[in-house]
Amino acid sequence: MTESLTLDYERGAIHEDDPLHGELMQLNVGPQHPATHGVLRLKVTLDGETMREIEPVVGYLHRGKEKTCETLGWRKFFVHTDRLDYVQPLLNNCAYALALEKLAGLEIPERGKVIRVLLMELSRIAAHLIYLGTTGIDLGAVTMFFFCFNEREKLYDLLDAYTGHRMNNTYVRIGGVYADVDASVQGAIEAFLDQFPAKVDEFERMLTGNRIWFDRNRAVGVLTREQALAWSLTGPNLRGSGVEHDLRRAAPYSGYETYDFEVPVGTVGDCYDRYLVRVEEMRQSTRICKQALARLTETRGGDFLAQDRRYVLPPKSEMRASMEELIHQFKIVTDMALPAGEAYGAVESSKGELGFYVVSDGTSHPLRCHIRAPGLMNVQAIPTLARGRLLSDMVAIIGSLDFVMGEVDR
Amino acid sequence: MNTLERIAPAIGKLAAKTSTSRGGTACLEIEPRDAHAVIARLRDAAQFETCTFVTAVDHFPAEPRFEVVWQLHSIAHGDRVRIRARVGGAEPKVPTIVDLYPGAAYGERECFDMFGVVFQGHPGLKRLLMPEEYDHFPLRKDFPHQGIEPDRLYREWDRARHLKSPEAAQ
Repeated sequence: MTESLTLDYERGAIHEDDPLHGELMQLNVGPQHPATHGVLRLKVTLDGETMREIEPVVGYLHRGKEKTCETLGWRKFFVHTDRLDYVQPLLNNCAYALALEKLAGLEIPERGKVIRVLLMELSRIAAHLIYLGTTGIDLGAVTMFFFCFNEREKLYDLLDAYTGHRMNNTYVRIGGVYADVDASVQGAIEAFLDQFPAKVDEFERMLTGNRIWFDRNRAVGVLTREQALAWSLTGPNLRGSGVEHDLRRAAPYSGYETYDFEVPVGTVGDCYDRYLVRVEEMRQSTRICKQALARLTETRGGDFLAQDRRYVLPPKSEMRASMEELIHQFKIVTDMALPAGEAYGAVESSKGELGFYVVSDGTSHPLRCHIRAPGLMNVQAIPTLARGRLLSDMVAIIGSLDFVMGEVDR
Repeated sequence: MNTLERIAPAIGKLAAKTSTSRGGTACLEIEPRDAHAVIARLRDAAQFETCTFVTAVDHFPAEPRFEVVWQLHSIAHGDRVRIRARVGGAEPKVPTIVDLYPGAAYGERECFDMFGVVFQGHPGLKRLLMPEEYDHFPLRKDFPHQGIEPDRLYREWDRARHLKSPEAAQ
């Protein structure tokens, strides 16, 4: 005779009163972990797989940029700004130049502004491509990495053709840009922009409705409007939380007020919203670039660099022919002083508000140059977003906040 | 209406001097002990929703040596305000604003790390970028750019090395 035996289905479950429950474990993620996007260390306190507390530890890439600025002087620091957020060097250049121009009271010519806008928007596209590619690979969409880096490679070839460097371009100067965009480079940029929106659609087809992407990003790392503001977040992270704030609109620089573009805003404030905002920003940046290219054709032959011999180097040809210009060159290179005072120049970078707070005592070396790094604020928000979530969500959260450690640590 | 006129009712008589910087930003000069009160009023009565940065400027050898700088941003009104307070070099301290703006926590830690300015009431005031055991405050003007060697970290490493292999000491 057989008797049925009812199994205790719940016998393996850990109950609330079990001594194993609530035993906390310390886990070090990083500083050499691929998902931390650089040398960021996170001290995570785990209860099972749930994160109870997260403490970001930064500073591994600290190179003392602000001190270096005080030592090198106003002009020579330009190359160092490239090394802050090294996926968007030209945006960093522009932010620093804006601060110095405010201090000097310098107006830049129209064509200089147009070229800057073009470079800034191309940089934004390149930086967002890095976000999309690396976040994709972190969450299992390996193909995204190759798709995005393919596009970024084309973009870097264009920057190479214009500036002579793929990265660390240092092409912005006080008063404008170093050199003019020639017609062949302009054509190549136009060709890139023509095919790029189709690529963005392709990225969206890969991810937006993708079940895995959907589940890993939706309702993960939710940040309310009030939280985002209180934690000093800016840029796509703030807009993802539904705050319509973009410095290009709110405090236009380089003539952004004359361009036609839209500011995408999220509704929920989760990782998915931040993703949607960045994808849309790539489209809007393409729009701005196209308008800038049209203006480049209109202003061809115009000045791209202010003609102010206190701050702007004379052209080489004139410098060789005139004693006066040679003296200007010597004065600027050795001892370019900015008027005493203070100024804050900020741009909407791909990570948020990148600002330079500069204080001058009237000499060639700054009294203080503080870099307001949006990435540091993004890192600061990690604990708020990740507390109570599973460890695997941390990867999605870090990816969606988007920071580059070169800028966080300075 | 410019920013200074807008915030005048909020701050009352707390600001000793007001001005407008070269870039057009409203600036307030205050006593260090009033910092928390002024910033709380700006947040609550003048809608400055977010704190952009907290930092300091070293005016060495002038005294009071440090100038602590806060910058707030009002997204609703689209303007900024910069608040400055001078503190002496002997025992530089100002009240924290982390209870008002949690986002200022890292800025205050960095300011402490680089200048040694103590933010009283900060929930976890420790170094941010430099190692925790570091001896110096690198952004002070009397700290050389190339660094100070040997500092304590280097000395400890050196001693550990000698303990391991005595012949290395010769």
